[in-house]
Amino acid sequence: MKITPQLIQDHGLKPDEYERIVQILGREPNLTELGVYSVMWSEHCGYKHSRALLKKLPTQGKKVLQGPGENAGILDVGNGWAVVFKIESHNHPSAVEPYQGAATGVGGILRDIFTMGARPIAILNALRFGPLSNLKSRQLLTGVIRGIADYGNCMGIPTVAGEVSFDDSYLDNCLVNAMCVGVIRHDKIIKGVASGVENSVIYIGATTGRDGIHGATFASTEISEKSQEKRSAVQVADPFMEKLLMEATLELIEKNLLIGIQDMGAAGLTCSTCEMASRGNMGIEIDVSKVPLRELKMNPYEILLSESQERMLLVAKPGCEAEIHSILKKWDLNAATIGKVTETGLMVVKHEGEKVVEVPAQSLTDPPMYHPQKLEPAFLAEYRSFRESSIPVPTNFNQILLRLLADPTIASKQFIYQQYDHMVQTNTIVLPGSDAAVLRIKETNQGLAMSVDGNGIYCLLNPYEGGKIAVAEAARNVACSGAVPIGLTNCLNFGNPEKPEVFYMFEKVVEGMSDASVALEIPITGGNVSFYNESQLGPIDPTPIIGVIGVLDDVSKHVTQWFKKSGDLIYLIGEVNDLIGGSRYLQVVHGKKTGICPTIDLKNAKLLYQCLNELANKRLIQSAHDCSEGGLAVAISECCFTGIACGKPLIGAKINMAWHGRMDGILFGESQSRVLISFSPQEKKLVDQILSTYGMTFQQIGVVGGSQLLIEQAVQIDVEYIAEQFFSSLEHQVNSGGKA
Amino acid sequence: MRFSIIVFPGSNCDHDCEYAIRQVLKNPVEMIWHKNTDLKNPDCVVIPGGFSYGDYLRTGAIARFSPIMESIFNFANKGGLVIGICNGFQILCEAQFLPGVLLKNKNLRFVCRNTYVRVDEVDTPFTNQCKNSSVLSMPIAHGEGNFFIDEEGLKKLEDQHQIIMRYCNSKGQITDESNPNGSLKNIAGICNQARNIFGLMPHPERVCEKELGGIDGQLIWQSISNS
Repeated sequence: MKITPQLIQDHGLKPDEYERIVQILGREPNLTELGVYSVMWSEHCGYKHSRALLKKLPTQGKKVLQGPGENAGILDVGNGWAVVFKIESHNHPSAVEPYQGAATGVGGILRDIFTMGARPIAILNALRFGPLSNLKSRQLLTGVIRGIADYGNCMGIPTVAGEVSFDDSYLDNCLVNAMCVGVIRHDKIIKGVASGVENSVIYIGATTGRDGIHGATFASTEISEKSQEKRSAVQVADPFMEKLLMEATLELIEKNLLIGIQDMGAAGLTCSTCEMASRGNMGIEIDVSKVPLRELKMNPYEILLSESQERMLLVAKPGCEAEIHSILKKWDLNAATIGKVTETGLMVVKHEGEKVVEVPAQSLTDPPMYHPQKLEPAFLAEYRSFRESSIPVPTNFNQILLRLLADPTIASKQFIYQQYDHMVQTNTIVLPGSDAAVLRIKETNQGLAMSVDGNGIYCLLNPYEGGKIAVAEAARNVACSGAVPIGLTNCLNFGNPEKPEVFYMFEKVVEGMSDASVALEIPITGGNVSFYNESQLGPIDPTPIIGVIGVLDDVSKHVTQWFKKSGDLIYLIGEVNDLIGGSRYLQVVHGKKTGICPTIDLKNAKLLYQCLNELANKRLIQSAHDCSEGGLAVAISECCFTGIACGKPLIGAKINMAWHGRMDGILFGESQSRVLISFSPQEKKLVDQILSTYGMTFQQIGVVGGSQLLIEQAVQIDVEYIAEQFFSSLEHQVNSGGKA
Repeated sequence: MRFSIIVFPGSNCDHDCEYAIRQVLKNPVEMIWHKNTDLKNPDCVVIPGGFSYGDYLRTGAIARFSPIMESIFNFANKGGLVIGICNGFQILCEAQFLPGVLLKNKNLRFVCRNTYVRVDEVDTPFTNQCKNSSVLSMPIAHGEGNFFIDEEGLKKLEDQHQIIMRYCNSKGQITDESNPNGSLKNIAGICNQARNIFGLMPHPERVCEKELGGIDGQLIWQSISNS
């Protein structure tokens, strides 16, 4: 077939990119080769617009065993154990086919973890939807939740934490970011590398069909009315197959039979073949007529570009092939030796005896790198000029508190997480509903704390501060559980990077994240960029999602967020101020998505985490809770009642603090780096001493007790009543069409 | 007391059961792959939770044809103890070791949360360490736990005291609000007529340690050990 300019454009390649391919090959590519380049050089696989910037991220640290560039990042947790983790987006597929899109998103991230030899112990996710008053948002939410639930539940991997929020900007482009955490002994870590000339290349897992062809290219364009026609670019999930694949893979690695292994995710067989060859500076030659197919008469183009799920490619150690095949037979899985490692550096593909692809493997993994134009969007100045005095201070704080607690972004996500098995594997020590989930590592005394977080509106108002806050807040969640944050993974969800305003925001967010990561000494071990989250309505709010891992050397020292005992003292660590810019309060109550974004002092944040760790280590505090969306009043309320999700009684509090300024800002403003702690009065001296040592600003703001939440001059309300609103609101709004 | 845990493709609570029985309760355990036929001489067979065969066709519908099932049948016929938890309960019903069926939850959603169950029969090998009418706190995690049986079957279960536990509130009252899945008569677990085969939806293996929020599950394993 003649390669025409139209064909090149249909493959999402630009004319100069095509020229570059011709130069590399010294000839025109054939259609199959064009397809292979188009997926590997798509934004999704090739990070063309983001790579230059991402290279500047801090990825080094004492505990980093594996940084970016592999299937997942790895951190040392001591005692010979390591944690393997990564987050990835599945936004585009979920926007057109929510159930399969979300399910395969989970499946893909799980494979990234067990392909390194680690057993997955937890799934987390971050989701964004349009308002629940919109039917499509409700359908997307329902489908996405079911997709995540069916996949994780069937696999027997607990979904332990997550965050969900709702905003107009995600109406057409919902976000589905899935994170997986696994644990592994250091000596079992394996990578996606091919080496050893003549070693066998083996395909295992599900058969290859026509689903998902050009999924990576599809994920690299904006969502439009035509997107529905591309539903065939969405893959179909089979979690049972993945469960078998996981057990078989872990058995192969445990028995030391492999040189390298890589899952087939985006760009399928093409990507796994050229990436393994490229990492090992080798070539790979495969014969696609040997690939197990589920459909008749598939041509090499289709076989190479299929994104059928639940498949792996591995390079066998010499002499181990027979044992590999017998293990796969035990698990009733397909296995086919489809090729061998070569020294040529070429990716060669044959089909029925004919050579259909012959290209340098490294050229596929080294796509063009762009430095896009950037331009500060005009709206930033507008947000900065917002005057808080233009908002009248209301008086009905009881009602406002209720409204915020019932806001689906703030309300309990119990309706969602009860659809996920969050207990299987019997490691979940802190169930969903506290700042961070805590899991034990059974073989040691240690615990892992984990959290995902991100706040689109802060990044919209001030991308640099927003990027800093995203990292600091996710780390603060982990620190509140008593753990030391040791590393992070990130998923950057943005609009079209070819638009200078979008790229400006992207660059600022990445700079903010990078500065926070350096200051907090939490290295970035990997992540994922999802661009083109954009429709006729415009781009989504810039949404970096940060997943942080923390370690507790003694898991029994973990801390939860709810008040425990009547008579305990309540302290607020951090500033009391009345700024309302960027707050959920300003949006929900006054309908204004604007203002000056909160700022964060990173030096202070670092000290705060160390301070929380010491308080937990000395078992001095009964609870610690991060103040986030909804501000101080929402955070105090949550301390009163969130224990009931874990079978603990609810309890009131009496608050009386020193303040000045506007009361709505004091109660609902979202100043950063603030944590509520409670502790027994007899520990007061020690707690005060530790807080002072770390230079914390703090004050006693109240006492735990009673059945009401009392905030002097503002709020008086039964805890049972607000708890009911908080726990039932989301389900009610999903069923009733967003009516509170 | 020797336990054998059956591992089907898709079982995923097999290791949780193993951990609870071996590490917490210090009893010996064998893991038995479903393609085998040798149960390794146990006193009690455990069919764990999970998604055997991915729940394809119907929950438990394919697992009943596994080679190991005939061995379990012979073992149970000789009076051997068999406990099926969650998917294990579904398999026992599909294989007609136990009467009734487990339908989709009433709200059609998977549900994972803690529940309370009242132990109504203590004269069984699985509950002899529980006090009569005691309330246990045990979590559930299933999409198809809505127990159903026809009127005649229900009467038989009641007459022969085969309904071992029912969902209740924290005070032990059997109410609609405390029924998490729409089960007939709040039924959470039943045994066969000979009382040596027990199926239940709640997960005793998930509440055997204080760190996990409770130890009520230990009573089930201790009862078996004492039989």
